Order: sequence, then C-alpha cells, then structure tokens
Amino acid sequence: MATKYRFIGKATPRKDALEIVQGKAQFIDDVKRPGMLCGKVLRSPYPHAGILKIDTTKAEALPGVRAVLTYKNVPDWKGGVPRHVKVLDNKVRFVGDGVALVAADTEEQANKALEQIEVVYEELPAVYDVEEAIQPDAPQLYEEFPRNLVPTNVKVFGPKTLSNVVMGDVDKGFKEADFIGEGTYAYENVANPLPLEPPGVIAEWQGPDQLTVWSATQSASWHRFIMVSKMGFPDIRAISTHCGGSFGSKNYSAQPLFYAAALSKVTGKPVKVMYTKEEQFGAFVLRLGSRFRGKVGIKKDGTVTAVSGEWFVDTGAFSDMAQAQVAVGCGEAQLMLRCANWDLQTKLVLTNRSASGVVRGFGGQELESAFHPILSIAMEQANLDPVEFFKKNYVKPGDGYYWREGNWWVCRGKDYSKAVVEGAKAFKWKDKWKGWLVPTAVDGSKRVGVGVGVHGNADVGEDDSEAYVRLNPDGTAVIHACVSESGMGQRSSLCKMAAEVLQIPLERVDMTPPDTLINPFDFGLVGSRGTYAVGSAVIAAAEDARRKILEVASSVLHAPPEELETTDGKVYVKTKPDSPVPWSRITGIMQTCTGFGRFTPDYSVPNFLILFVQVEVDIETGKVVLQHVVAATDAGQVIDPPSLEGQIYGSFGSAGTDTAIFEESVTDRKNGHLLNMNMIDYKWRTFSDLPEFRNVILETGIPSHRFKAVGVGEIATSPGPSAVLMAASNAVGKRLCEYPLTPEKILKALGKIKGA
Amino acid sequence: MSYVKEKATITLTVNGETHELEVGPGPSQVAPWHTLAQTLRETLGLTGTKIGCDHGGCGSCTVLVDGKAILSCITLSVECDGKSVTTIEGLGSPPGRAPDPIQQAFIDHTAFQCGFCTPGIIMASKALLEKTPSPHESEVKDALSGHFCRCISHYHVVRAVMAAAKKGS
Repeated sequence: MATKYRFIGKATPRKDALEIVQGKAQFIDDVKRPGMLCGKVLRSPYPHAGILKIDTTKAEALPGVRAVLTYKNVPDWKGGVPRHVKVLDNKVRFVGDGVALVAADTEEQANKALEQIEVVYEELPAVYDVEEAIQPDAPQLYEEFPRNLVPTNVKVFGPKTLSNVVMGDVDKGFKEADFIGEGTYAYENVANPLPLEPPGVIAEWQGPDQLTVWSATQSASWHRFIMVSKMGFPDIRAISTHCGGSFGSKNYSAQPLFYAAALSKVTGKPVKVMYTKEEQFGAFVLRLGSRFRGKVGIKKDGTVTAVSGEWFVDTGAFSDMAQAQVAVGCGEAQLMLRCANWDLQTKLVLTNRSASGVVRGFGGQELESAFHPILSIAMEQANLDPVEFFKKNYVKPGDGYYWREGNWWVCRGKDYSKAVVEGAKAFKWKDKWKGWLVPTAVDGSKRVGVGVGVHGNADVGEDDSEAYVRLNPDGTAVIHACVSESGMGQRSSLCKMAAEVLQIPLERVDMTPPDTLINPFDFGLVGSRGTYAVGSAVIAAAEDARRKILEVASSVLHAPPEELETTDGKVYVKTKPDSPVPWSRITGIMQTCTGFGRFTPDYSVPNFLILFVQVEVDIETGKVVLQHVVAATDAGQVIDPPSLEGQIYGSFGSAGTDTAIFEESVTDRKNGHLLNMNMIDYKWRTFSDLPEFRNVILETGIPSHRFKAVGVGEIATSPGPSAVLMAASNAVGKRLCEYPLTPEKILKALGKIKGA
Repeated sequence: MSYVKEKATITLTVNGETHELEVGPGPSQVAPWHTLAQTLRETLGLTGTKIGCDHGGCGSCTVLVDGKAILSCITLSVECDGKSVTTIEGLGSPPGRAPDPIQQAFIDHTAFQCGFCTPGIIMASKALLEKTPSPHESEVKDALSGHFCRCISHYHVVRAVMAAAKKGS
C-alpha cells in the first residue's frame, strides 16, 4: 500500500523533546530583556461606558512607574477589520476593555499604579443578543457601524471574498424536497480556546521605525505582516518563543502587542505585557457566537435540494478576523453538503462582550454547530441514517464549491467514503444506531445514545509558504522557514520531510528559529496547512538543494547529475555505490549549497474527519458523560503517528466537543461580567474523565504532495459539538438543541424542572 | 534582636543546592507575599516551573516539597523555610543533563504537544511513582486529575507514566 520511507510515517522523538521534558524550552514568560519593564492594563468594570474624566497624576508619581498612557496619549494605531479598534479609546465596550496602560520597574509597582488611576465613567446601555443588537434603537458600539453591523464585503481574501453562498434556485430546490428541516438554532456559548500559557508580548524599539516583538505565537509572521499594516510604519521583527498552546487564539496578539509597543515607545525600554489568566478569560479571544435561522430541503434518498437562511455571527466588542471566519464557514458548509441550490446570507454583529478572534474551527465549527439541529430535523423526518447521509453528501472529486476568496474550485482530492465506512465499523455504528430519538441502551435512569458529525476544510493548501534548505559541507542540513512550535510537532515533521528528501539522518537536520528577520515568508500554522502547504515548500527547497549539489558533484564525479545519488551526506554514481564522496569534497569546506522552495495556494484538496460519539445521559441528574469516541480520517500518508494522534485527541480540548457538554463563557447580562473567569469555574475535562478514544487513520495517498499527505489537525474539534447533541437527543428520546447540555438544560427539556 | 535577624532570612534547598534568601520587599529579596513559583522563577531563575493560571487551578506549577507534589503558585516561599524543593531542573542524573526515566518515557511516547503543562505533569508523576511504583492506570489518572492539558496529550501521558512504572519495577 503505502511507500516505505526511511523516516516518514515512523514515530520518532520530537526534535524539541529533551528541552520540553527538562523544562528548558523557552516560553514567552521565560524571556527577559535587559532593563525590561512590566506593562499592565487598567480594565473597564462596565460593559459599555464613555470615559468622562481620567486622571493619572497620582499613578505617575508612584515609585518605579515609567509611563501611564490613556486614550489621550497613545499612538494612533488601529486594529480590526475594517480598521476600528484603537489602542485605547474614550469609550469602553466590554467589561475588561482597556482603559489605561502602565509601565513600571516591577509588577507590584505597575499594579499599584493601576489602583491610583482615577476614572469617571458615564455608563451606557449594553446589548448582548445578536438580533437585539441590530434593532434601530439598540445601543451603538461604534458610530461607523449603524445597527452594530460590521461590513462583510471587506477584501480580507481579495475582491471577491466570500460573505454568503448563493447559487442555483432555492425555490425550485425546496419544491423538489420531500422533507424540510427548519428553525432557529444557536451555538452561542462563546467558549474559550484557553491555551494553558496566557498570551504575552515583549516589545523593544531599535529606532523610530524598527520594532522587535517576542511572543508565544502559532504563526510568527502575523506579527510582522499583519501588524505592520495596522501600525502604519516600516518594519517589525517578529520572533516566536515556544508557544504554550494556541488553538488559533495566539496566531497573533494584537492588543497585548499594541500595549507593549506603545509603552516601549514612550519609555525607550523593552516592555513585557503578560496577560493574567483572568485577562485571558475575559479580554483576549473567544469563539464567535453563531445563530442560524433557515431551512434545508432533502429528498427521501438523502439528496440535499436546497439550503437557505441567515447566519448571525456575533463577534463581540470588535471584529478582527470575523470576516475571514465567515468566508471559511461559508466554504466549509458547501464541503459538508453537496447541494446545487443555496441562499445563505450572513450578518456580522457587534455586542458588548469580550471580542471573538481566531479559534480552531474558524467559522466552520460555529456555522455547522448552529446548522446541525435543522439538518437533524430533516434527516429525522426522512428517517435517514446520518452516517449514510454524511457519506453521500460530503464533497467528492469533481464536485465544485466557492472557497473563501470567492473563486469556484473543483475538488481534486479524494472520496472519503472509505473513512466513513471504516470509522463506522470501528465504532460499531450499525449495532448502536437504533434510529432517531431512540436510545442505544437503557439501564435504569441511564440512557445511552450515539451521534455523528463530519467536518472538512479546503485549507490544507491555503496561503503562501517559502523555505530555504541549506546543505552544509559536514553533511548536515538547515531548514530556513518561519515556523513556530505551538504543539503540533510541525517543526519536527518538516525536518523529517527534508531528511527523507535528502536521505540524511534526522539528527542532522535542524531548523532556524521562528524569526521573521532570518527566514523567508511563511503564513504560519493555521488551518491544517502545515503538512501540505509548509511541507511542500520545505520539500521543494530540499529537492532544489539536492539538485544543486548533484550538479556541482557532476564535475567532481565525472558523471551527469541524473546518474548521481546522495545518501547520508555523500554523493555517488548510482552504479558505483561503494565509492561515495562526502559533501565537503563536493562543495569544499567553505561553501554551502542552498535550495529554495515556494508553495502557492491551492484550494482543491479538502481534508475530512468524521467523529462518532457515544454519550450516557442520566435522566434523574441530567448529567451527560462522553463514553466513547471514534475519529476517522484519511491523511494520505501519516508523517509522524504520535503527532497526528495528538491532534485528533485534541477534539475535545480547545473549545471543541466539550462545548456541547459543559464548556461555556457565562456572562451576567445584568452587568456584562463574565462569571467563570478562572480554572475552577470554567469547566474542563480531567484525566479522570477521559472517554475511550480510538483513531481510525487511513492512508490513501494524494498525488499532489511528494509524500501523498494532507493535514487534518485543525478540524478535529469541529464535528464534535453537533455529534454530542445528536447522541444526547437519541439517548433521552427528545430533541436537545442547546449548547452546552448542562444538567439544568437536560432536566428542563425532560420537563423535570421548570424553565427559568 | 536575634529574633528579627533569625526571621530576616529563609533557607531553601532547591535541587540539592542551598539558598539563603533575605526576606523583604526589595528587588532581590523574597517578600512575605511571594509565592514559591515566583521565587523559583524570578529570584532563582528556574523557569522550568510554569505558571499557567496563578490560582492553583491548572497544576502547571507543580514542584516537589520534601518529596510531596504541591502547587507552587499557591504556596508562599516563606512557608518553605528549611524545606527541600525539587523542580523539573532537578530531575535526571546528573540533574538537568541525562533525563530521568520518567522524562525519557515522555520523550519515547511523545507525551506532550505544546509542552507547557509537561514540567508540572512530570513532577506529579514522579511523586506518584516514588510513592506507588506500580500504579494502576486509574491511580495515574487520579494523580494527574488536577493537571490541565488543553492540547489533549492525556492518552500519551498515561501510556508514558505506565511505561516508566513498568520499567522501574
């Protein structure tokens, strides 16, 4: 079946394993710069208020305090899409919004100074519901966005950026339908991706036009190419430390970067802004809120005839990446449902809560989780097995779809039906599935049910990547690529790919640190692009370097390059493998040989993951227990088995599957305060509550990657929430549609307690 | 006077090395409100101990005090006067050089993703195996139940700890 490789597909220790287990890996809070100050943020106690008066004189007089900044004296940088987020404003829009910044010699001094800043607020009415927010008389967050609607026709992905899905004739489609699922459902628990390491940034100016930033990020280059455009000056050198988890959220840290850079600019010293856990919970990145009102038509045989509706996307107090998520969400819906007739419209809405940002699932998880109850209603009416339905309706080679930048792509990936079948077999779906709203097993008050979800993304080939591979005379190679390590093991996997191309031991391949000064451009580890997009650039660079050294070797070995081979840092004529010549004799000891590789976007290869879940619901207590999970996918070729497994296990972490059971950010709508901003009240799954989890990973190679591989990491969280709703509904014999399924919601649905 | 002098310093033995630290609010002193995590990281430069939440809710700051796994972010440094502290830097033989068998097991099983929770989890595992050299899988899970790993390396971690126990027995 799969080709036998020397390194690819084999479990090898992560290149950074020793430093991680010995505590030597440097994360952002482990970095110190000489003379570094501590930056802290004064945050709003009100969800919506004007700042009438702000007096910083007492704070400025305190020992150790080097700078106090307010909206009156911060630099005029602007974030958000379109640009609407000031570094600090004379208005606050959520509890936790920035009011003032302090830089001091120590953290204690900075915190004391925050207490001495006197602010007089004028409280304003706040709005938390997407549909209330768009009413003409609703409180306005920004003057430039009437009815709190953020434009979605912005060009984040070029002039045709997707902000809806319109094709065919939905009226005709619904007429052809035998069954119609309809309603309004929401996935609005705005869970927190919650990487363990809180976000932090160190900023240090080298001159008026040159800023260096250190941060823990998933994609080092974002702090250069995205922030330069927001700050409007020549250059940022962005360096990434080890990143203690991100799940999208730490792709970049616009606010902490603004704060650190502003404080560093006025003090002339390096400044670290390290968020506390509370700040991470309440003022960093949440999932988008998602509500879908619409309908879907299907035929008896499961053919989808039409999808129409309105997707309300709640981005909180500002929008930074929401339009991109709307675009990707619209694309992903088409991958999940092969359908000729669409009219899916979107509204992007501001509300008075901490802003949403990049989170694994990136729009698709949010849309799908709100849309699924409607789809379930249709499938239930048609009495269709959802596994058969998803198998039939997931995009197939030759099918087309509009992707995020608005172009029509024809799928040249693979048919994932086999992964569906193998996953179902491993889960014993056919034995467990008893029909809609029918439990798999009943034992006293405990009811077992099963559910399933699918997800896919055409982002494995998104955006650009560049890499150099440098061959050294001593038989080692160095990859120059701007790739961070935030948990995927991608740096190690890239070394494996280069080692395989060059046929040198893995220990002899190293990689430059993620630093925009010393590396060519890489978009970063977003979506599932690491293997396919970044990998292809590194592979191309390694192939180019190999080709070059064989060309040079040609004159040394007196044979044409195509008759030469290189293994273990030595070149030989294929017919004479016994007389190899080391690279040092090919290039001389004072020369290196460098290859270049570039990947350009290609959205024709979607990935896929199907997630089967079994839950047990206690109808007396309302407790939902996730018992058993099977994830099935087809990765083409596994690069590193434990890394891939880890990515897929991650499906219930990082605001994934567990957002259907207990994860949520709870806001008190009387005062806008988040009520669970700590690791005790924000619920998470512990070691003692692990479900039995099995991965089924097929390897049907795709020709467009040298090792026939596609990435699947990002999508593992997305099919989970809707699968759990389906499973719990089947367990209790009643349709459950609200996330998360807390005991209260279960008991309410069962009529055992009264609604609030 | 001798009372004041006696109370003006604390003695911490960290990874076998004894540190006499002045108590006070100054920059190189240990303030009475400093946590052990803060002292280890900021005063002694041992940044292998991680602070994930700083309120005792995630386990990432776990170190051993007199052999017992404790949360160093909710333990005051002055409480540790005269005690022996082991951090991730103190594991292995020689410490910080050749990895301890439990560290090796984490390497062999890729029992981490981002690695931020790893020092805390390894310290808790170390304490468990010292006390219970051949734990049942459920004992490993219970011992680690206070440790937050958002990447979900739990399955690999349990395998690694069980393998280390098997090797050690």
